[in-house]
Amino acid sequence: MGIVSPGFHGRRRESAVQLPPGQYLTEDFPVLSAGPTPRIPEEEWEFTVTTETGRQHRWTWRELLDLPFETPRVDIHCVTKWSKLGTDWQGVSLDVLLADVETAADFALVSSYGGYTTNLPLEDLLDGKAWIVYRYGGEELAPEHGGPVRLLVPHLYFWKSAKWLRGIDLLTENEPGFWETAGYHDYGDPWREQRYQGD
Amino acid sequence: MARLAETRRETGTARTLVFDVPGWPGHLAGQHVDVRLTAPDGYAAQRSYSLSAPDRVELTVQRIPDGEVSPYLTDVLGVGDPVEIRGPVGGWFVWRPGAGPDVLLIAGGSGIAPLMAMVRARRLAGSGTRFRLVYSTRTPGDVFYADELRRPEPGLDVTHVYTRAAPDGWPRPPGRLTVDDLGDGPPDRDCFVCGPTGFVESAADMLLARGHDPRRIKTERFG
Repeated sequence: MGIVSPGFHGRRRESAVQLPPGQYLTEDFPVLSAGPTPRIPEEEWEFTVTTETGRQHRWTWRELLDLPFETPRVDIHCVTKWSKLGTDWQGVSLDVLLADVETAADFALVSSYGGYTTNLPLEDLLDGKAWIVYRYGGEELAPEHGGPVRLLVPHLYFWKSAKWLRGIDLLTENEPGFWETAGYHDYGDPWREQRYQGD
Repeated sequence: MARLAETRRETGTARTLVFDVPGWPGHLAGQHVDVRLTAPDGYAAQRSYSLSAPDRVELTVQRIPDGEVSPYLTDVLGVGDPVEIRGPVGGWFVWRPGAGPDVLLIAGGSGIAPLMAMVRARRLAGSGTRFRLVYSTRTPGDVFYADELRRPEPGLDVTHVYTRAAPDGWPRPPGRLTVDDLGDGPPDRDCFVCGPTGFVESAADMLLARGHDPRRIKTERFG
């Protein structure tokens, strides 16, 4: 337990919802990004998976829409302390996209239009844990939330769910991304409160 | 652990808190801290606040009427009281004094806090980098650091934009930030934009439309 703040009682949540430590519930959908919002026309959008041998797999917007999709309903947790419950998405499981990709890599470096990057172990993208999504709440995904396509990895802090998704490099060695090189935790498990390096 | 050392009233709803933090490692202008409050029964709440000064652990907190943490910080916490502070955090939205290019700062409301740290860092370092600050508030009474920003400072150009009510005789009618408010400086400047999401979205879009390099536009949004 931390230092008690004299006169602080807090506002307990009335619901029995269990949130990760240090998080509070929000009903709206805050926008956080490090720069201007890139606006990528769907017809120009392209997604590339590059393996450790340099082999590239590409999907256009049309090809993505033709793949079997799922509609995950998930809770999301931002490192800036807000959590949002029961968010509805539509997109393609990474299991589908990576099914025919031959790789022995253990790590993924995700990159975005606009230059953002984030890293995660490849296994955190597989087995039903991650999607690339193009609809939110029944609507097209808005540019400020990462449209036309963003990554969705709800079991990690939301900075891992890169907006304006452009590609994934499969790597045999871990390579920290944008926030990870700026002092944030390499993995980012909200339930273990892995916010910053050393947590 | 931090202890509140002094406070200053900024507006009717905002207060600047200056903390003594033994062993504080120092920070860069633009970085923030996590403040953690703990109730006697162990219940804890934490929020992030930008540091508003380059040399001391100073936060300006805007009270949010139904907030959980900000009303405590603005109304309850007293000088000498302890608070848990963690940081500094963030290595992207920062300005380092030096002979860098011109800088354009665009603040919406309490988004001024980290940008004020940059203005003060520039002064503290005696930096010759030219700064232009465009600061949007609803009314003149919502301006943080009003006296300090009124004092003339060579190389610092401050423009106030009022969205609801302007002083008598103010040349610009009240209204939202427009591209004309950004001035005619060259687009090859480092830009820092901080404020509520809608404000930052629209300011960043204006900068892009004026030909600024997106890689040199850094943004920080809240709410």
